[in-house]
Amino acid sequence: MRYSKEIKTAFRNSIPVMMGYLVLGFAFGVLMASNHYPWYLSLVMSLFIYAGALQFAAVGFLGAKLGFADIAIASFFINVRQSFYGLSLLKKFKDTGWLKPYLIHTLTDETYAVLTGIKIPEDISQKHYTLFLSLFNHSYWVTGSLLGALFGVSVHFDSRGVAFSLTALFVVLMLEQYKNRQNIIPFVIGAIASIFALILLGKNMLLGAIGFSLVMLFALRARIEKNSTAKAGSDE
Amino acid sequence: MNSYIISAIVVMAVVNYFTRALPFLFFRSHMPPKFIIFLEEWFPPVIMTILVFYSLKDIDFQSAPYGAYELLGVAGTVGLHLLLKNYLVSIFGGTLLYMALVQGWFGV
Repeated sequence: MRYSKEIKTAFRNSIPVMMGYLVLGFAFGVLMASNHYPWYLSLVMSLFIYAGALQFAAVGFLGAKLGFADIAIASFFINVRQSFYGLSLLKKFKDTGWLKPYLIHTLTDETYAVLTGIKIPEDISQKHYTLFLSLFNHSYWVTGSLLGALFGVSVHFDSRGVAFSLTALFVVLMLEQYKNRQNIIPFVIGAIASIFALILLGKNMLLGAIGFSLVMLFALRARIEKNSTAKAGSDE
Repeated sequence: MNSYIISAIVVMAVVNYFTRALPFLFFRSHMPPKFIIFLEEWFPPVIMTILVFYSLKDIDFQSAPYGAYELLGVAGTVGLHLLLKNYLVSIFGGTLLYMALVQGWFGV
């Protein structure tokens, strides 16, 4: 089959996301169903919004009949972190042609994490690998929310703790990032920025942590670059 | 179908797409400056660390078990990964350990 290597690699790398997305998507579908929204609304939202935090918040927006301007502003701030993801994918997405709008649409935290965190063999097409990975992840989210919306109320499966698979995914990808770089500074920056933001902003820490970390990253830029060229030099 | 709900979903879908597309729109015609190339290289490890913290933000340190399950789950994931270097095993193993702790499979 054409692209079978790309499909296989993409599927393998998407398995950890599958666990998290099926369960979280299911939880979203159940939440929608328990608020008496028809199943096809869950389907439409998961297909066209495809953003976990925003979709859960949306149930609240819809229930409160929030105005469109308020919804737009809230949506922007919940998801503006995603703008930073694209910055480090400009090169990767450059030659993706007509697929680009779809790859942008499906650029979630998890898809971004897998794209930048797991190295793929050099003989497979980066473009098609990215497409299949995005398709797989998107389908897990849509399937999960559809199942939740249709059967959620009658299913009794103790899924407490399954969503930890997304934490485990991020932990493993963080370790992989370290292996590829052997430079501790970015991890220290991420940790300090997160703790700082958690103390100041509590559960809304994400955007603040990104802001703090960018300031620190640029303040230490000379040092990080010097550190990594020194390492690269010693490898030869 | 209620037109308010449809319009609200359209607003969310458009704004969300815009946040994802912003850098691609901005750097469409000209090449990105040097600082973007620096970010391309060094932002992923930073954001991965932040996402670990973010995904654990709901830990309650004030009451039992004081975040011990999450810390054990992370430690188990890291341990498996250093030992076996297979990320699927690490993620499955770490998640199973965490589920076992949260659901009380060990009788605690």
